[in-house]
Amino acid sequence: MRVACPLCGDRDSREFTPVGGAELVARPAPEAGAEAWDDYLHNRVNACGPSQELWYHGAGCASWLVVERDTASHEVLGVTLAREVAR
Amino acid sequence: MRVQGRGHALDRGRSLPFSFDGQMMHGHPGDTLASALLANDQRVIARSFKYHRPRGLFSAGPEEPNGLVTVRGPWGPVPNQRATMAELYEGFCAVSQNRWPSLGFDVLGVNDLAHPWLGAGFYYKTFMWPPKFWLKLYEPFIRRAAGIGALSREHDDTPQEKAFAFCDLLVIGGGPAGLMAAREAGRAGKRVILCDEQSGFGGRLLGEREEVGGMPGHLWAAGVVAELEAMPNVRVMARTCVTGVYDHGTFAAVERVGEHLAKPGADLPATCFWRIVAGASVLATGAVERMVAFPGNDRPGVMAGGAVRSYLNRWGVLAGPRVAVFGGGAGVARTARELAAVGLPPVAVIDSRAGAEAPEGVEAPFFAGAQVAAVQGRMGVQSVTVQAGRTREKIGADVLAVCGGWVPQVQLATHLGAKPEWRDGLFLAPDGAVPGMVVAGAAAGLAGTAEALRSGAEAAVKALGLTGDVELPEAEDGPREEAPHFVDLKGRAFLDMGNDVTVKDIRLAAQEGFARAEHTKRYTTQGMAPDQGRVSGEAAMAVLAEATGRTLAETGLTTHRPPFAPVSIGAMGAGGRGKGFAPVRETTSHAATVEAGAPMVEAGLWYRASYFPREGESTWREACDREVRMVREAVGVCDVSTLGKIDVQGPGAAALLDLLYTGKMSGLKEGRVRYGLMLREDGHVMDDGTVARLGAEHYLVTTTTGAAGPVMRHVDFAAQVLAPELDVQAISVTEHWAQFAVAGPRARAVLGAVVQEVPDLPFMGCAAVDVAGVAGRLFRISFSGEAGWELAVPARYGAALWAALVAAAEAEGGGAYGMEALNVLRIEKGFVTHAEIHGRVTAGDVGLGGMVSPSKDCIGKVMSQREGLADGPHREQLVGLRAVGAVKALSAGAFLFDEGAEATRVNAQGYTTSACWSPTLESGIALGFVKDGRARHGERMSFVDHLRDVRTVVEVCDPVFLDPEGTRMRGPVEGEGNWGSPSLKAAAPLVREAVEAGGVQLSVLEPRPMFAVLPLGGAKVTLGGMGFPAPGESAAKGVARLCWWGAGQAMLIGAEPGRVKGAAVVDQSDAWVGFALEGAGAAEVLARLVPLELETMADGAVARSLLGHMPLALVRTGAGFALYTFRSMAGTAWGELEHALRGVAARA
Repeated sequence: MRVACPLCGDRDSREFTPVGGAELVARPAPEAGAEAWDDYLHNRVNACGPSQELWYHGAGCASWLVVERDTASHEVLGVTLAREVAR
Repeated sequence: MRVQGRGHALDRGRSLPFSFDGQMMHGHPGDTLASALLANDQRVIARSFKYHRPRGLFSAGPEEPNGLVTVRGPWGPVPNQRATMAELYEGFCAVSQNRWPSLGFDVLGVNDLAHPWLGAGFYYKTFMWPPKFWLKLYEPFIRRAAGIGALSREHDDTPQEKAFAFCDLLVIGGGPAGLMAAREAGRAGKRVILCDEQSGFGGRLLGEREEVGGMPGHLWAAGVVAELEAMPNVRVMARTCVTGVYDHGTFAAVERVGEHLAKPGADLPATCFWRIVAGASVLATGAVERMVAFPGNDRPGVMAGGAVRSYLNRWGVLAGPRVAVFGGGAGVARTARELAAVGLPPVAVIDSRAGAEAPEGVEAPFFAGAQVAAVQGRMGVQSVTVQAGRTREKIGADVLAVCGGWVPQVQLATHLGAKPEWRDGLFLAPDGAVPGMVVAGAAAGLAGTAEALRSGAEAAVKALGLTGDVELPEAEDGPREEAPHFVDLKGRAFLDMGNDVTVKDIRLAAQEGFARAEHTKRYTTQGMAPDQGRVSGEAAMAVLAEATGRTLAETGLTTHRPPFAPVSIGAMGAGGRGKGFAPVRETTSHAATVEAGAPMVEAGLWYRASYFPREGESTWREACDREVRMVREAVGVCDVSTLGKIDVQGPGAAALLDLLYTGKMSGLKEGRVRYGLMLREDGHVMDDGTVARLGAEHYLVTTTTGAAGPVMRHVDFAAQVLAPELDVQAISVTEHWAQFAVAGPRARAVLGAVVQEVPDLPFMGCAAVDVAGVAGRLFRISFSGEAGWELAVPARYGAALWAALVAAAEAEGGGAYGMEALNVLRIEKGFVTHAEIHGRVTAGDVGLGGMVSPSKDCIGKVMSQREGLADGPHREQLVGLRAVGAVKALSAGAFLFDEGAEATRVNAQGYTTSACWSPTLESGIALGFVKDGRARHGERMSFVDHLRDVRTVVEVCDPVFLDPEGTRMRGPVEGEGNWGSPSLKAAAPLVREAVEAGGVQLSVLEPRPMFAVLPLGGAKVTLGGMGFPAPGESAAKGVARLCWWGAGQAMLIGAEPGRVKGAAVVDQSDAWVGFALEGAGAAEVLARLVPLELETMADGAVARSLLGHMPLALVRTGAGFALYTFRSMAGTAWGELEHALRGVAARA
């Protein structure tokens, strides 16, 4: 697989660590309640089709990335710095 | 037998002796093992998988299902090599497989007599009872009876290489279509890789007598290859089989580099496993002639018609003087004419089509609308029974050439999940099956050379969006062929010859309900042999279609998956052995430690001293006990450089650490250190370590050795994703600092020997110190429970400081201690490591619940307060355990039970995590977790280690066995030390003589200043006239170069920046080691280790990536590359680079 890092360009997937759904970007407030925290920690959309995932470019620029990827076709639809998504 | 006047591949002037099954034979340069065996009239080459039937060659190419042999090559025996692919060399040694005692007489040939009972799935039905017999008796027996080649069971040290390549267009297959595609793209200036799995380019042109562009086809092909090889933008790769297609234009290919040579050079790899990234691809894999399933079709001598022509034209060999030809199309006439042309017209021409006409100009008995009903001759064809209508005729023959029609090789086009479609009587790849791939030539179902040439050129134009006219050479048209898939007559007709699957087996599978293609495959093993059903798959599905009353289109083919051709595990795992798999990280004390005779223990990738044996000590325990007593009574020195160190700076540093740690790090005073606990967001402990505040906006965080990487990732996550609003920079400084623990009552004296003015630090204090003229850092922290300090200096001084500290410690009655003693010391104090914080414990469980600050949020805090995770009697809590039973030696991983309770899982009250013999307490002690453990101090429990069969009694106690008040580590310290005014000599990270091979030089770069420049507050940083570089770029001024080094970070190499406005500066001079790889072929060498497109990098371009499994920062220089990796891995990096250098040079 190839992932186009916004900073490093098109790279082999071996440089990255996929971490899971990009839901992890939106951390609830401490007082958000059990349901919100349960969702944040445990529940993922896990779509067959376009999905938002978090990847870490650990063997590259050390950026956290939000990779939009079609899990059915493996097509990468877009890669954004997670820092920008979080803001 | 050889035929004069044919065989353009041969050099008949030279003779090559070789052996098959110990028998000496002769061939010529240009021969394959297959052609040479046929020339020597060796008809039986193997015994079949299940029935041990004698088998000969069916094909002349990579699709060969029968002719598998063991080749005794330069690196030992290699089983299951296709005789058709093995290039002959002098002294070539091949041995047949799956027979005992010999090919001619095989005892297990009796299986063939039992064939009525050995059909598909027979063993599932036959060997059911008693169930116990399956594993011990039936399966081993079946495995021995059935099979192909056997592994030698020796360690395989065949040198294998891997490499990365990039191109605009990958052309798979070097026949007429592939050559035209490569030529079009090459002439257009595109970067092209052309692969063909055979040794020669030309595909079918090599086996046929055909003119292309007014010259013999094989000469035209050679001309095109010569043109391509002269183009700098084209890489021509013979003997390279593309074995897999993966996402986003990634391809796997195996190149035979030295495997086919008699005496490969010392550094030459046997194979190279390529990972090719291509913008577009042309699939020109051609087609293979399929087998027709008729009774007796597996007899040695039954061959594909195209193979008979290839052997004749390419290698000048005929498998026998009397050839019968069977089929249904143009191939029949073509084969008959080729035979007639050399004066040996066929003994019979059998055309399955009713009303077919006899081939012109061939004088031979002709049968139209006829079938082959039987083939006689166990060890080789003797005669063929032809059935035309109701009459049968037996005709004497040595060879039966079967022209079954051509099956497009679309496997690679379907690796991403597309299914081949049945169109116009062929299984073809659907459009868009692989993004960017265009299928051309026979692989696209086109017949004839002219069509192949045209479609190849057009495929390149289409794939690359080229414009302009295509110049097409003149060539022959070829009609399509039509032949039956199977002949429905009585007798055993084989489909998958590699696995001995017959027409009857497929029908049986259908009858028993395994009627879908995939089910039939699994039930019968059709298509699972090394050839993956290349010549039999379509016919097998035709039988299945007939048996189930479906059309072939409905039946489909079974799924194709990588690899397309057999690949050895060794080839796939190239580069992944030894240090290539796990780089060795060495601390600065490594050499001295090895010299002291200390055995090493691996901690992650690091190597750490286990213990330092002294004279008279015969076991590790003696050394360990002595080292523990030494620290408790005098002083010990230990290398703790492996612990992760992260430098955190900026106005947001305190807030970031508050988020990361349970404790309130924003409240930490400058010059003080605090123990920190990091939770995962799910509330469990992730890691522990210390946080030192070096300045108002400057912290130094330490992590455990093993978790250094994950913690760095976690810090990046918090900074970039959870709190992007914070103005903070974090960078690992693990490699820059050598850090040593000095602990014990006399530690202060040892420090005094190397630090002239030891600051009077309180416990958990830190300060900058002058270490014999070197700027160092001193932390008063203790992991042993004794008065202790950790002293850090830049790594270049590590070796010298280690030597000075050990000498000073020895003068004080102490010395160096290793991991064993360190472990005992911390267990005695109840300090946790990852043995305790194993991922399922909370802060409360390890007795540190009070460290979760109530006044702020932190990662994991919400979850840690969840019912169930919150501290309480329902939790398993950390306890100490003291052996009080007969057995004193405790172990980790044992279970704890109430005394008298049965030692079963449901009764378990807890378990042990660490155990040791405590020389201080003279008792076996352990740490562990016990349900409501803190309330159970003083209780006796039974200790059962089921695995090691140890049972004893332990008493639960506080996990702090020694000095619970901590007076030893906190209290006043003694000793002044003798300032010996030592001088610390800087050591180079690595000393290696430069090497040169193949015009490429590898050398270690002189250490130069390296400073990370970390902008804060969104400042536009400039440095001595150099702007902050954009990603992937660098700026140079004089001897200095400012290189982009990662997200928001740059590295100044070659100069000291001093203070930089708007940026934090972190010294990294000792963290990295640099290498220069220079010369014209430098990129080619580096492609063995680095997954980057190197050739297109501009001078001054920078990339962060991987060097094998090591971190890499790469700067493209005028002469080649400057490569930087971590100091600790310098030795491994050098070894890997030198290996790659020599491997590439050996090809020249």
